[in-house]
Amino acid sequence: MGHTMIEKIIAHNVGREVNPGDIVTVDVDYVMLDDIMMPFIVSKFKEMGFTKVWDPEKVVIICDHLVPASQVDDTRAYHISCDFAAEQGIKNLHRSDGICHQLMTEAGYVKPGHVVFGTDSHTTTYGCVGAFSSGIGYTEMASILGTGQLWIRVPSTIKVNITGNMPSNVMSKDVILKVIGDLTAAGATYKALEFTGDTVENMSVSSRMTMTNMAIEAGAKCGLFAPDEKTAEYCDIELDDFQKNLKGDDDAVYERVINYKAEDFVPVMAVPSNVDHCVPISEIGDVKVDQVFLGSCTNGRLEDLMAAAEILKGKKIAPFVRFIVTPASRKVYTEALKNGTLDILLEAGADITHPSCGLCCGRTGGILTDGEVVVATNNRNFLGRMGTNKVNIYLASPRSAAMSALTGKISAAM
Amino acid sequence: MEKFTGKVWVMGDDIDTDIILPTEYLVFKTIDEMKPYAFSPLRQDIAKDIKPGDIIVAGNNFGCGSSREQAPEVVKALGVKCVIAKSFARIFFRNAINNGLLLIENENLADDVKEGDEITVTINEKIEYKDKEYPIVSLPDNLVEILDAGGLVKAMRRRNGIMD
Repeated sequence: MGHTMIEKIIAHNVGREVNPGDIVTVDVDYVMLDDIMMPFIVSKFKEMGFTKVWDPEKVVIICDHLVPASQVDDTRAYHISCDFAAEQGIKNLHRSDGICHQLMTEAGYVKPGHVVFGTDSHTTTYGCVGAFSSGIGYTEMASILGTGQLWIRVPSTIKVNITGNMPSNVMSKDVILKVIGDLTAAGATYKALEFTGDTVENMSVSSRMTMTNMAIEAGAKCGLFAPDEKTAEYCDIELDDFQKNLKGDDDAVYERVINYKAEDFVPVMAVPSNVDHCVPISEIGDVKVDQVFLGSCTNGRLEDLMAAAEILKGKKIAPFVRFIVTPASRKVYTEALKNGTLDILLEAGADITHPSCGLCCGRTGGILTDGEVVVATNNRNFLGRMGTNKVNIYLASPRSAAMSALTGKISAAM
Repeated sequence: MEKFTGKVWVMGDDIDTDIILPTEYLVFKTIDEMKPYAFSPLRQDIAKDIKPGDIIVAGNNFGCGSSREQAPEVVKALGVKCVIAKSFARIFFRNAINNGLLLIENENLADDVKEGDEITVTINEKIEYKDKEYPIVSLPDNLVEILDAGGLVKAMRRRNGIMD
């Protein structure tokens, strides 16, 4: 009997065949620790009686939620992060290089077939290169730091198969919002999502990243794309035999297969205040926009900024709209600066911020108040996420976000 | 089997971790400082009304959203005896068990129960409400071990030869 992608990754890790429902202990290839959780991770680690991390090479600490600080006590987490790295001989420390989920693949850590855990729910992102990655809490992270291992239940898999050519105004963000809308916010809880079909094969790794980033919004344990030549180029490796074979077998057992025709996709938004409230933009009606946010680990990459720039080139956004652009990393920022993308966005009226989690987690760079409307390219529109609990957050693709900034009302990309 | 009775707070589907504890309070040094803000985006004053021994009953996907472990910790710190939901989000489920917060899955109770009423729970066996009984399934052994140790920190201390 064949196996799904997640079964193959876990089997490779534990050295024997596995099936959904099996409880196994995996050896962890990398862990990602973000600044906001560091004070708790370090105190639990010490409370557990550990003194040394199991392998400093496999630990990556990333300051992204709290840099630059926006409240007086924020730098405490920064110092705890830096001190722990120094004490443990951890060289993989990013003090201000961008958002954790961007850096884990961009900076060359995660490769196809790896098993990775992070103290942030959007750790599912690294499935974009065919790694099994998932979010955990700080207590479990502390136990991995001490032991290098974690118990997991092998998940069953839902296959999302997409074929055909996407309309030019549709981005991978529209695709994943539609999939989440159909599955619902709990539709993939405890399960793996495997994305297949020629449509996703034609997507860039960046576009795939948007989809695996949001797999958690359907409750999934992980989201996976089979590694291919694009993955190899992005990761700067040659795929070995295990990695080449890392795709779901034809006779693998899937809990469910969902088929989409790419031609059927239209620009959509997740309307307040749940990610699975997916509505075609053409049905949303006349909604005035106060602010647009282009950024985050979901859609803050070069291709996202360039997609917005294509729409805004030589134009000005609506005068009453606050347009905040947050590149996902220092590298993205530099590239967008060099190729003229930031010029176009600045000319159009954007405020470009430092690369960080920023507004997505509601801590800095554009907090909103009662009754305001924001069109945002990030991954969550929960109550109170970007300010008060009466802010209306609409999640959209970079193209639709740019079009909404231009018109000053909720608008679909053309 | 342990048996307890408590007053019920009723919540809906998809109670996410930003509702359980908004991001702005995560930087507080202690869980005690975070307590007054639990569930504040949804119900401003509920945190001060929840009393030790109370029980939260909710719909599907309780604890969805971020991996913040402060969410189950703050629920436990309020003295909530257990959360009974139609289903739980994956990370919240693990985090709750690791902190010794009991979670019980039940499909039907949330549709029947009224806020303020009392229910009786017999662990790994049943819930009783008015004249009705709701069976509950047992947790897997590896999770019971963590709960029995009093959470993952204590389990790891034991592993490292520290006797509490």
